[in-house]
Amino acid sequence: MFRYLVRRLLQMVVTFFGATFIVYALMFANQDDPIRALAGERPISQAERQVLTERYHLDASFWHQYWYYLKGMLTGDFGTSLTGRRISDMMADAWPVTVRLALMAIVIAAAVAILAGVISGIRRGGIFDNVTLVLTLIVLALPIVVLAPLSQLIFGIKLDWFPPTAGLHPSAYALLLPALVLGSLVVATELRVTRSAVGENLRADYVRTARAKGLTRQRVVGVHVLRNSLIPVITLIGVDIGGLMSGAIVTEGVFNIPGVGFNLFRGIHTEDGPLVVGFVSVLVIVFLVVNLLVDLLYAALDPRIRYE
Amino acid sequence: MSGKRPWKTAVGATAVVLLATGCSGSDSSNSSSTSNNVVIGIGEPQHLIPSNSTESNGSDVLSSLFYPLVGFDADKKPVPVAAKSITANPTSKVWTIKLKPGFTFSNGEPVTSDNYLNAWNYAAYGPNGQGGSYFFERISGYADVQAGKDPDGDGPQKGAGPKAKELSGLKKVDDTTFTVTLSAPFAGWASVMGYTAFYPLPKAAFSAPGVIAPGFEDAVIGNGPFKIKGKWQHDSQIQVEKVAGFKGTVPKIDGITWKIYQDQTSEYADLIAGNVDVQTQIPIESLASAAGDLGNRFQKSPNSSFTFVGFPTFQKEFANVDVRRALSMAVDRKEMTDQIFLGSQTPATSFVSPVVAGYRPNTCGANCEYNPSAAKALYDAAHGPRDLKITYNADGGHKAWVDAMCNQIRASLGIKCTGVGEPKFADLLTKVEKKQPVGLIRLAWTMDYPLMENFLGPLYATDGSSNYYGYSNPTFDSLVKQGSVAPSPAEAITKWRAAEDILAKDMPVIPLRFGQNVYGHSERVKNVDVDLFSKVDIYKIEIVK
Repeated sequence: MFRYLVRRLLQMVVTFFGATFIVYALMFANQDDPIRALAGERPISQAERQVLTERYHLDASFWHQYWYYLKGMLTGDFGTSLTGRRISDMMADAWPVTVRLALMAIVIAAAVAILAGVISGIRRGGIFDNVTLVLTLIVLALPIVVLAPLSQLIFGIKLDWFPPTAGLHPSAYALLLPALVLGSLVVATELRVTRSAVGENLRADYVRTARAKGLTRQRVVGVHVLRNSLIPVITLIGVDIGGLMSGAIVTEGVFNIPGVGFNLFRGIHTEDGPLVVGFVSVLVIVFLVVNLLVDLLYAALDPRIRYE
Repeated sequence: MSGKRPWKTAVGATAVVLLATGCSGSDSSNSSSTSNNVVIGIGEPQHLIPSNSTESNGSDVLSSLFYPLVGFDADKKPVPVAAKSITANPTSKVWTIKLKPGFTFSNGEPVTSDNYLNAWNYAAYGPNGQGGSYFFERISGYADVQAGKDPDGDGPQKGAGPKAKELSGLKKVDDTTFTVTLSAPFAGWASVMGYTAFYPLPKAAFSAPGVIAPGFEDAVIGNGPFKIKGKWQHDSQIQVEKVAGFKGTVPKIDGITWKIYQDQTSEYADLIAGNVDVQTQIPIESLASAAGDLGNRFQKSPNSSFTFVGFPTFQKEFANVDVRRALSMAVDRKEMTDQIFLGSQTPATSFVSPVVAGYRPNTCGANCEYNPSAAKALYDAAHGPRDLKITYNADGGHKAWVDAMCNQIRASLGIKCTGVGEPKFADLLTKVEKKQPVGLIRLAWTMDYPLMENFLGPLYATDGSSNYYGYSNPTFDSLVKQGSVAPSPAEAITKWRAAEDILAKDMPVIPLRFGQNVYGHSERVKNVDVDLFSKVDIYKIEIVK
């Protein structure tokens, strides 16, 4: 177990540097004239251009710039964005709200998916199963660019159940609607996977044995079937967390949440290399850690899986 | 190793993550609809140092924190505000500014001439890289505070430093009087000083002479009717509250929350829900429903934005003026503003915006009148290009109208026309600089100060800062210059009008549309006025009692 963890952590270091390097290189290749991008269509004076170029080493070669960046990052300094704000400050503002949003979304989605998935897995072909099938198909068919503004219009403005926007320091209630929208991205697939896993496991030999032993139905489904069915679902949720953090661009835009997705969008739009790489670096870490946790959970769910 | 241990590790770690993040209490600072406070939506400002703030979000906030030297009356003529008087010598070269006595910054420092001079010297000093430094280039000595040319020409690092630290044209007379000497006479100088870049800065702004104190930008101190409450909460909001005992015009509200939105559509949702009191620009997506949603709280007022397409002079197929005239006549401006902009913009048939003194309607005359048959005859006679391109930047929402314009040209002239989207404005400019055949270029302009010169100079003069298409006419240049040095504003306007008449003959661009502020407000407020700089008039706005 310990050796396994050390090995995974070492792999994470390599993955981390590889990922940041690739993102930095991509941003560099995309960078045309960040000063122009920042200024929009307003004329830029020579002096202003010169000062900004010097401050951000914009005229240095790629390796030079990457070296400056890496040097800063290893000493805990993510640098400053082109608007002059410290990127570490921007991250401190943006991460908490996005993490809250993503966790709320994932908890809601997982709760709904597992509950409904188990029920429809047990009663395959029943009314509940068919209704959820249709509902999940509808949710899957609606892209988030439609779903987010639509739910804002219906539940935020017309019905006035939720505040239409959330802001930087929202209450849990204000985040509920964006979290529901975001969660709907993944709930359908999670539900379908749970349903098929439950359906399969119900026919497994050990379930027959458990029944034959005279265990209650509750215990058979709640412990034996569910525990084994959760493995593929947990994998899916682990991947989804990373996806939700970065995939929140649309949701964060519609509900005015200045989180990670918004900052990534802004950074890409203004060709702000350090800003994008800073956020992506942390995203990479989140992704790696979550997947490590998921792998550890496998062992918990299935005693046959051991890590050495 | 037993299978039970990883279970606990994983659960424990997950619990820690959840505790650390998910369950952090909500510290929502809900100040929105309290008492006599209004909430106005903006975008995240780029900067809040006056001389570095060149976009409307920043200048909106700064307008509440600072008291300008000059304001503008209904005829867009400059009137002194923080200044007691602004007088020019007979040649309009030396300007004397007397300040009203007794004013203080919100930290209690008295406002003196030094505050203006220090702020302006900081703004103009090249190495400070201030976005608004070009406003000071008319002041004598501006060239000396810019960094010298790079001697070896291989990068900016080794450029020679500026010759001087301060503008030689700024002189203090006494604590409330100073003079500005311009390098060339300019009758419109008083109007220029109305811009954000000319606000004063308190001593507290500088940690050393010529160095802005770190953190000052997040808690700007101004001489205006409001002061910042706490700090600039980036991407969230900026709260300002009334300064007790303010000597100037006192606003009717006690405070403003400048609420920051990333997206105008979500701001509009909050306007409808009553979480924001004023939205200065309603996005085009919401325009169709705005009149129904807001009723008489949906309003329009003119602003200075001007959209046009330019003919690159390096493309020889546009050299014939008849080609340019024909293309202009092939476009139905009214249809475009009605169908695509739903009346939020107005057709442009002049070369300067209606918001400046000296504007005359329809200076473009027949050249801007929709006349497809005449256009086709003219175009065919002049052998205009059979294949036309209009290049625009795709990130600005221009596709719809450029395509519509192309359709109109296609229908009127029977030629091929395609809209070409470049990803960003910078890409478009790069292509223009490399003289690649981009066809017509989509451009727009928003003025810095309400003078005809601010359209004619930057857009059409040979060395104009935004004359990307390379139009050059010596007679025009000299008329603009004559207007600038004319002893009185009235005489200046005469010269500038003559210059505009040349444009109508040369047609270097096709004027298309003038912008409007299309704004809305909640039921809580009244007397909402958005001025020609697209800023909310914070002195007029009131809470409905």
